[in-house]
Amino acid sequence: MIENLIIYFLIPFIKIGAIVLILSGAIAYLTLLERKLIAHIQVRLGPMRVGWHGLLQPIADGLKFVLKEDIVPSKADALIFTLAPMISLIPAFVVFSVVPFGPPGMFEGLLRGILSRFLESASVERIVSNPIASGGFVTDINIAVLFVLSVSSVGILGVILGGWASNSKYPLLGALRSSAQMVSYEVAMGFAIISVLLYAGSLSLVEIVQQQQAGGWWYFFIQPVAFFLLLVCGMAETNRLPFDLPEAETELVGGFHTEYSGFRFSLFFLAEYANMITVSALAVTLFWGGWLPPFPNVPWLGFLGIIPPVAWFLIKVFLILYLFIWVRGTLPRFRFDQLMNYGWKVFLPIALGHVILYAAILAI
Amino acid sequence: MLASYIPILIFIVIALSLPIVGLAVGWLVRPSKPNATKLMPYECGVDPESDSRDRFSVRFYIIAILFVVFDVETIFLFPWAIIYNQLPIFLFIEMVVFLGILIVGYFYVWKKGALEWV
Amino acid sequence: MELIFFYILAGILVTFSILTVTAPNPIRSAVYLISALLSMAGLFFLLEAEFVGAVQVLVYVGGIMVLFLFVIMLVNVREMETQRRASRHWKTAVVLGVVLSSELIFLVVRGADIFSTEGIGSNLIVEAQTRNTESVGSLLYSTYLLPFEIASILLLVAMVGAVVLTMKEK
Repeated sequence: MIENLIIYFLIPFIKIGAIVLILSGAIAYLTLLERKLIAHIQVRLGPMRVGWHGLLQPIADGLKFVLKEDIVPSKADALIFTLAPMISLIPAFVVFSVVPFGPPGMFEGLLRGILSRFLESASVERIVSNPIASGGFVTDINIAVLFVLSVSSVGILGVILGGWASNSKYPLLGALRSSAQMVSYEVAMGFAIISVLLYAGSLSLVEIVQQQQAGGWWYFFIQPVAFFLLLVCGMAETNRLPFDLPEAETELVGGFHTEYSGFRFSLFFLAEYANMITVSALAVTLFWGGWLPPFPNVPWLGFLGIIPPVAWFLIKVFLILYLFIWVRGTLPRFRFDQLMNYGWKVFLPIALGHVILYAAILAI
Repeated sequence: MLASYIPILIFIVIALSLPIVGLAVGWLVRPSKPNATKLMPYECGVDPESDSRDRFSVRFYIIAILFVVFDVETIFLFPWAIIYNQLPIFLFIEMVVFLGILIVGYFYVWKKGALEWV
Repeated sequence: MELIFFYILAGILVTFSILTVTAPNPIRSAVYLISALLSMAGLFFLLEAEFVGAVQVLVYVGGIMVLFLFVIMLVNVREMETQRRASRHWKTAVVLGVVLSSELIFLVVRGADIFSTEGIGSNLIVEAQTRNTESVGSLLYSTYLLPFEIASILLLVAMVGAVVLTMKEK
């Protein structure tokens, strides 16, 4: 009984707490990184006042989100106006429950060290051998890939509802555009992921990484096209430039969150950046071998193993996030008709053809 | 198996409580001085004209229904991809027939101009 | 333990379903429907049908509800709010309701005798509990091959129908 409580409640609780804290911190500093990078791309300095080179800027911003007045427009539907940002945020966080940050058995030694002081060795071994307790992830389910897709698809509803509840023209138009764009690119994204599943033969993210370890190759080297499809669709899904039409300032003011302010706005903001990290983590897990070092089975590259698996994972996620920001600083924005054209007439056929091509290769 | 969903449930509860706690804390500390102008829908400083909940282009509806169709299609592909290695050639032909029918529909939609965004 | 979760989820499902049909504002009613569908997905997970549960969320909440919200916004909400709730078709609704609920009652009372569960192999159930998606796949693409291919024709009809109904002749 006590073992089960520790495996399924106590340890997940600690892991989730850590993830939520680290994620919030990561998002805060991701915004600073973005502002700094974009500034330097545009030959500016970016935030410099709060702390050394603006290092405390995210904390100041966070405080402001809580302390500023939170306006509910008089014509808005107050209940849905409050619910919408939550509907966006909760899925964006919950997705991280299946993201494998590290290999199974990552905390084995640590857990054994701590638990053996309180429990007898038989129950310690029972706890340690359970992957949910000792793995570098909150939980590992058989349908993790589908779980990520389905949970993050709920977030779209938050955007539509937020735009509608504001009862104002720009948010409504922004929400419509935003959701039309998200659903358009979700299809191509699904196909890109299916090409990987053909090779992996599993929906569990942990198993997909283990398959890449067994094969010795990251799936990126087998299916680079699928990786780029996932990345591009991910940018569209998270409304990032060059696909940030929902909040194209010159046409739509702030997009679906024009009427939002204060804490409610910060929830949308958090959700957007959390989704960015989710897409990066998904791309890393599916294509860049998750926690694996490059070419895990090449003997003379074994020295790369001195960097711990979690660090590999985080480095790769950081690289993709860096790419996201770099793209934002480099590319101009699409027009909406171009965006829909690319989604339905370019990416969808490519992704579909890609699945059929790789299925044919595997069949032969 | 069900046990591996318990941590997800805990995660949902924590993720749900975060914004609620945040809103409650914010409600205690933040100022609240509403006035009629402040609460007006934003329209670049001009008083709002006409109701915002107007009817909009039917194209959004087409996009949504096409999305649902393709979404269901991808759902069928997931279990297919998982068991693909067990009997590739048979499954390949099956899926080519399935996708073939839908690709016909896709080209029909394309030719009819439903994917055109004017 | 499972029973407690079942009653919680079932309670949420029934509450939000009732709210869905009684809410005066169609968008609110859609929000209640989302909650009802999510708790239904929870029930699927409780039955260890994880694939179906995830599909429920992906297709119904992430797909159909987006479509519903678009449709609600397509029509004029203001008019709908002021309209009479009971429509002219109440007679049809009553007949359909009586037929469907008597069917439901009949199935609950006699269903176990008519549809025997013997045909469903117990080893399949055990397999389904461990590798859910795989069992769905291996059944769908062998035993139920024909329904699967027919499903694609259904999807084709949906696609063509949407275009025919909404696009004007040029």
